[in-house]
Amino acid sequence: MNIFVCVSHVPDTTTKVQVGGDGKTIDPSGVTYILNPYDEYAVEAGLQLKEARGEGEVTIVCVGPDAVKETIRKGLAMGADKGLHIVSEPRDGFGTARAIADALKDKAPDVVFCGRQSIDYDGWQMSGLLGEMLEIPSVSVAAKLEIADDGSFAAERDIEGGSETITSKLPAVISAQKGLNDPRYPKLQGIMQAKRKPIEDVEPAPYENRVEVIEMSKPPIKEAGKIVGEGPDAVKELVRLLHEEAKVI
Amino acid sequence: MSILVITETRDGQVKKAGYEAIRAAAKVAGEMGTEVTAVLFGADDAAAKGMGGYGAAKTVHVTDDRLALYANSAYAKTIRQIAEKEGADVVMMPATALGKDLAPRLAVQMDGAIAPDVTDLVVESGDIHAVRPVYAGKALIKIKINSVKKIFTLRPNVFSAGTASGDEAAVEAFAPELTDDDFATKSTGTSIASGKLDVTEAVNIVSGGRGLQGAENWNLVEDLASVLGAATGASRAVVDAGWRPHAEQVGQTGKTVSPNLYVALGISGAIQHLAGMSSSKCIVAVNKDKDAPIFQVADYGIVGDVFDVVPALTEELKTFLA
Repeated sequence: MNIFVCVSHVPDTTTKVQVGGDGKTIDPSGVTYILNPYDEYAVEAGLQLKEARGEGEVTIVCVGPDAVKETIRKGLAMGADKGLHIVSEPRDGFGTARAIADALKDKAPDVVFCGRQSIDYDGWQMSGLLGEMLEIPSVSVAAKLEIADDGSFAAERDIEGGSETITSKLPAVISAQKGLNDPRYPKLQGIMQAKRKPIEDVEPAPYENRVEVIEMSKPPIKEAGKIVGEGPDAVKELVRLLHEEAKVI
Repeated sequence: MSILVITETRDGQVKKAGYEAIRAAAKVAGEMGTEVTAVLFGADDAAAKGMGGYGAAKTVHVTDDRLALYANSAYAKTIRQIAEKEGADVVMMPATALGKDLAPRLAVQMDGAIAPDVTDLVVESGDIHAVRPVYAGKALIKIKINSVKKIFTLRPNVFSAGTASGDEAAVEAFAPELTDDDFATKSTGTSIASGKLDVTEAVNIVSGGRGLQGAENWNLVEDLASVLGAATGASRAVVDAGWRPHAEQVGQTGKTVSPNLYVALGISGAIQHLAGMSSSKCIVAVNKDKDAPIFQVADYGIVGDVFDVVPALTEELKTFLA
C-alpha cells in the first residue's frame, strides 16, 4: 500500500490572531505552529491501514517553507515512514492542491488522506481538488471508514443532522473527520526515530494561484452586553429583553 | 452570462440554504446586469418554478434518476455541462456538507477556483469580492478569484432568503451526458436523526458546557432547546468527555455557527469556542462565574448556577411563547 497523508502546518488553536504588516496575512510573531488537528486523524488512518495490511509505506506530505519540516516530523514521530516536503509558499487552496497533485502523479498513490479542513484557512476543499486533479474518487469529512482487501471501501461522512454512506474503490482521496479514530501520541522512541527518517524535498514546477487576498481584517469587536441579573430572578427580565429589545423571540 | 446557483434538496424538499444562495446571487447579478439561473436536482416542477420567488429568472431542472443520490463526480460534470450551455462563468452554492464536497471537484472540472464559505459578497469595479472568515472567525479576509470561472460557496444562515414573491421561474429540463465512470463514488443513502436540527442550519442554538457537570443533566439543555425550537450544541470539553457527539461541537475544531440566537449554558468561553460562535446575532450566557470570558461576547448574561437558572428560563419561555 502506497499511502500519502497531506498535512498542514497551522497556528495553535489558542492563537490570538493579529493582522500582519502586509494587511493580508496574520502576524506570525509569537505564534506556535502545530500539526493541523484534523490531519492527526488522517495520519492515524494511514498508519492503521498500513498495519492492517501488514505492508506498505506512509508518506507525510506538506507544502510550505522550511518551518513545515517540524510538522512533517510530528507525523513521522507518530509512525509514518518518510516525508515529502514540497518547498513552496502555499497561497491558496487551488495552488496548494496543484503542487501536491503534481508531486503525487508519478508516485501511484493507493490512498491519499487529509484532514477535513485546515484550521487556518478553513477551506474544506483539499480532498475534492486532489481527487479531481488526480482523476480518482474523493470522499470528504469521513467519520468512519472500512476498506476491504480488494480496495473497495465504505465511508460514512458527516452531513447536516446525520450521516451519508459513500462507497467507492481505491485509489481515492479521503478527508478525515474527528471520530474516525483516536490518533496515537508519539512515543519518545518515535520522536527519536523521526529525526533519522528521510524527508524528500521537491521544488514544484511553477503553478498558478487563483485566489488573491485583498485584505485581512479583524471581525468587529462585539461589545460586551449587559448582565441582566443574578440567579433565576433575572429570567423574566431576560425574556422581556429578548422579545422587546433583541427581537429574537 | 447568468450566475448559476446550485440548490440542494433533501427528501424532495429544497433546503433553505439554496433559497438564501439564490437571493444573494440575485443581488450580485442585479449589480452586474445579469440574471440568476437556478439548478435543481430532483424535486418537482412546482419547486423548480418556485425558485422564481427568490429571484431566479430560470431554473434548469435536472431530472436524471441516476442523480437521485449524491455522487460528487457526476454532479460536478452535470453542473459543468449546464454552465457551458448557459455560458455561466460564476457558480454559487450553499456551503453545506454537499456544497463543500462538490465545489472543489467542480472547480477543477471548470478550470476555475473556489471562494469557500463566504459570508458577504460585494461587487467592486465589475468584479465579485468575497468576504470570508478564517481561523474559525478570528479574522476576515476579502478575496477575489482571478480565474475566469469562479465558484462561491455561501455559508448557510448568513444571507437572508427573505419571503418568496409570487414570481415563477421559467423551467427547462436538462439531461446530462454521464458515463458509469462518473459514478465512481456512490451514496448508499443518508441516515438522519429524525426531528434533530443541525447547528449549522438552526436559527436558534442552545449549547451546554462543563457547567452541566455530566451527560445525565443534558435534559436541561434539551428542554430549553425544545421550547425555542433550537438545535443543541456543546463545547469541546463536553464532546471530549464523551457527553455529547462531535456533530454538536461548536468552535474552532467543531462547527462554526451563525444563528439568530445562541444560548450558552455553563460554557466559560475558551477562545476556540468564541471563535466558532461569536458571529451569532444574539448571544445569551448563563454562567456561575461573573468573570467568565463568555460574558465578553454575550449580549445578555445571567450570573448564576445553570441548575437554578435554566429550569426557570425554560418555564418562563414556555409561558411566554404559549
